[in-house]
Amino acid sequence: MTSQVSSPAEKADGADGADGANDTVVGEQRSTAGQKPSEKEIRRLDRVIIRFAGDSGDGMQLTGDRFTSETATFGNDLSTLPNFPAEIRAPAGTLPGVSSFQLHFADHDILTPGDAPNVLVAMNPAALKANITDLPRGAEIIVNTDEFTKRPMAKVGYDTSPLEDGSLDAYNVHPVPLTTMTIEALKDFGLSRKEAERSKNMFALGLLSWMYHRPTEGTERFLRTKFAKKPRIAEANVAAFRAGWNFGETTEDFAVSYEVAPATRAFPPGTYRNISGNLALSYGLIAASQQADLPLYLGSYPITPASDILHELSKHKNFGVRTFQAEDEIAAIGAALGAAFGGQLAVTTTSGPGVALKSETIGLAVSLELPLLVVAIQRGGPSTGLPTKTEQADLLQAMYGRNGEAPVPIVAPRTPADCFDAAMDAARIALTYRTPVFLLSDGYLANGSEPWRIPEIDELPDLRVQFATGPNHELADGTEVFWPYKRDPQTLARPWAVPGTPGLEHRIGGIEKQDGTGNISYDPANHDFMVRTRQAKVDGIEVPDVEVDDPDRARTLVLGWGSTYGPIAAAVRRLRAAGTPIAQAHLRHLNPFPRNLGEILGRYEKVVVPEMNLGQLATLLRAKYLVDAHSYNQVNGMPFKAEQLATALKEATHD
Amino acid sequence: MTEALSLVPKAEAKQSMKDFKSDQEVRWCPGCGDYAVLAAVQGFMPELGLAKENIVFVSGIGCSSRFPYYMNTYGMHSIHGRAPAIATGLASSRRDLSVWVVTGDGDALSIGGNHLIHALRRNVNLKILLFNNRIYGLTKGQYSPTSEVGKITKSTPMGSLDAPFNPVSLAIGAEASFVARTVDSDRKHLTEVLRQAADHPGTALVEIYQNCNIFNDGAFDVLKDKQQAEEAVIRLEHGQPIRFGAEGAKGVVRDAATGDLKVVAVTPENASQILVHDAHAASPTTAFALSRLADPDTLHHTPIGVLRSVDRPVYDTLMAEQLDTAIERNGKGDLGALLAGNDTWTVVG
Repeated sequence: MTSQVSSPAEKADGADGADGANDTVVGEQRSTAGQKPSEKEIRRLDRVIIRFAGDSGDGMQLTGDRFTSETATFGNDLSTLPNFPAEIRAPAGTLPGVSSFQLHFADHDILTPGDAPNVLVAMNPAALKANITDLPRGAEIIVNTDEFTKRPMAKVGYDTSPLEDGSLDAYNVHPVPLTTMTIEALKDFGLSRKEAERSKNMFALGLLSWMYHRPTEGTERFLRTKFAKKPRIAEANVAAFRAGWNFGETTEDFAVSYEVAPATRAFPPGTYRNISGNLALSYGLIAASQQADLPLYLGSYPITPASDILHELSKHKNFGVRTFQAEDEIAAIGAALGAAFGGQLAVTTTSGPGVALKSETIGLAVSLELPLLVVAIQRGGPSTGLPTKTEQADLLQAMYGRNGEAPVPIVAPRTPADCFDAAMDAARIALTYRTPVFLLSDGYLANGSEPWRIPEIDELPDLRVQFATGPNHELADGTEVFWPYKRDPQTLARPWAVPGTPGLEHRIGGIEKQDGTGNISYDPANHDFMVRTRQAKVDGIEVPDVEVDDPDRARTLVLGWGSTYGPIAAAVRRLRAAGTPIAQAHLRHLNPFPRNLGEILGRYEKVVVPEMNLGQLATLLRAKYLVDAHSYNQVNGMPFKAEQLATALKEATHD
Repeated sequence: MTEALSLVPKAEAKQSMKDFKSDQEVRWCPGCGDYAVLAAVQGFMPELGLAKENIVFVSGIGCSSRFPYYMNTYGMHSIHGRAPAIATGLASSRRDLSVWVVTGDGDALSIGGNHLIHALRRNVNLKILLFNNRIYGLTKGQYSPTSEVGKITKSTPMGSLDAPFNPVSLAIGAEASFVARTVDSDRKHLTEVLRQAADHPGTALVEIYQNCNIFNDGAFDVLKDKQQAEEAVIRLEHGQPIRFGAEGAKGVVRDAATGDLKVVAVTPENASQILVHDAHAASPTTAFALSRLADPDTLHHTPIGVLRSVDRPVYDTLMAEQLDTAIERNGKGDLGALLAGNDTWTVVG
């Protein structure tokens, strides 16, 4: 009766049970929040993919977030994919206005938000229509029947009700009058119909929480905190949430509920939390500032999907964090660069169009050789493109998007939680080498979330730097002087002499500087030397070797960078499980590349590079290593699906 | 010393003009008005008595933007138009610094116009010296956003079509808390304006009429020639009636019908109605009206001096206060607690 995932692993677990007969446990559900123990059938699953979909104003992102929180608290591994339009409120009930949140959770470690949902919660006809093509046959669909009236259906082109015309026969449909039942449940709260209706997402969340045995305390606590100033609304939402739970418990339409055991074996020991990429990145910046013992200064201009970092950092002024919302992208990075000159850990956050505007200032930072983090959360381009969708098409912009020879190191996180470590690593490079650094995340990592093992503070790297304090050069006549461009022979970094340091007064600027003294110089030989030296500094940055995962001595290597890690690793697992050897490697450092990359590429007969662009990494690899890298590209604003990648990689291993 | 410089360390020894001259050869054209301004600033700095390592000059691009190279302080010669933004980051994170911006009419009003107006409205603790020569010098003579309509230049052989900005009007409109105008050749007046600007908490905009003897020579002669200046220049002094011309024969009065200002010949009958300059007036209206007296073509009735100087909360101070308040409310940041958050679970090995 259901297509919900049932794997051999799950059946093996079931066989260990007391009766040894099947994977069904009856009547042993944990009592939750005052609910009576259920008499209904409970099935065990090893993983589930749920998609909540509704109108932009239906609160689907919040619903998804809460279900994720409950799931994280329960201890499953999980991965999420929020997907929403750029319009804050597109016309109600239309296809462009549909907002969805997909969550994949499991009793083992997983790598992606899942290809196809097992369960779709559709709050209106538009949500059904926009998502139905992604559902495999047999998937469960919970629909809000109250919205399936003539006008909302006509808006999306349903002439007849899909709930009645047989078009959903291939699916397991649960028709639920969510709106009516929510209003009924809240009739004693003295709310208007409109106010009461707003809680229907909490009714749906309650129902799903019942279906999957999620802990409910966290959501109730969350609602009471969120609506602390409106206790009546808080209690109404809690009541709707509980009504949804109770509905599942009592109605005959839902005969079965499901258990997905905690993924205890998937995680190394430790304390965990759920975290999104932008939050992890924000925490990474604060941690870097603490570990460097330098105040954090963020210059930023609001832009999707990077604004959350500005919002988050602005909450943490008690860490000495200064956040400056500038008049434009250029001022945002300008202020950050000014702060860097003054000795702060300076950051600017943006997305592709903002990077374009900041280019000239990044070039100045290259010339001034000051530490500066340029955090770019990539989105669909060109131009305004797809503001809320993901893409990896700004790699070449980060690499080359400046006038002159202006090399900038590039660091790319691979998963939402990895944004923390990547931010600290980017700060390490910026501070050690006195250079702007790109931290290249994307919309998928930014908004997606996963469990994160919270690091101990003493595990974090020491990022402290030494400001210049005195003269560093002796002239022929024995005079001790300060030369702002006299470099560290190892790192080629120049001294960081901050204003306020007596005796080190100096002037820097974007005009070419004389080696050593930093004075203006138009000398041809000096310019040639300085261009090569700036390049050598970036080329010489220490980055760890890239590791290859190749248990079967494969002939084909799949190489990725950034957020494609999850889908690529999931596809590789599928191939190997089916007996096809394939090697996998993933790049964190795009500039400079790891020292061993050329040697690794040379080991394999074939190198496949999946990217959410038209082959930008592949272009760099071909240019640098003369390797015949094969691109596999998708630029549809969405992450790769594991199955699709597995098919493509399998083909690649064959020809 | 006022709030403007109270956090900036003082020099240990008495300073002289020489202390502020860098070892770099000054490379402006011979006869450029920039020399006079440089000398005035270098000569004035010792008076402030600040530790020179705590003084920073930030500039953009243009002839005047070479200025920081010639000051023996910290300095940054940045990119076109962005100096106010860069200086904002520096000043708002380092309240122990005295931060000066040197810019020109193209740099500040054309490519960098956005940064200028936003620095002014925020009231960051910056002193902005806007060298206005009404021409693009470094790019060899195109018209600028302050050039008069009809100006013949390399890029406008049939005359410029653009209506010019009046930088003082613009600054007052952008909520500036301190706006002044002075002239490169009047060392005494220039120094007095610098003195008041340095003393002002928040953003101070000083427009300096500066002669470009190569591409726009004599642009301000009417304000410099003793005879012509009597008609052209209105010297403003706080608390004094606004009178000018030979023996103060002319004055500024408010037109009862429109509320606007106008120039009149002073008579015994109207002498008592001559406007008394109030740079500290809360409303910017009269300062704006004064700025509009100047004729953009002839420069007649050009007010110089401090048009407006009012106290307004300073951005850097407010920013620092928010940090203090956050610590008072939540305690000093605890990284371990931050990373752990509220919703955690533990996996035991």
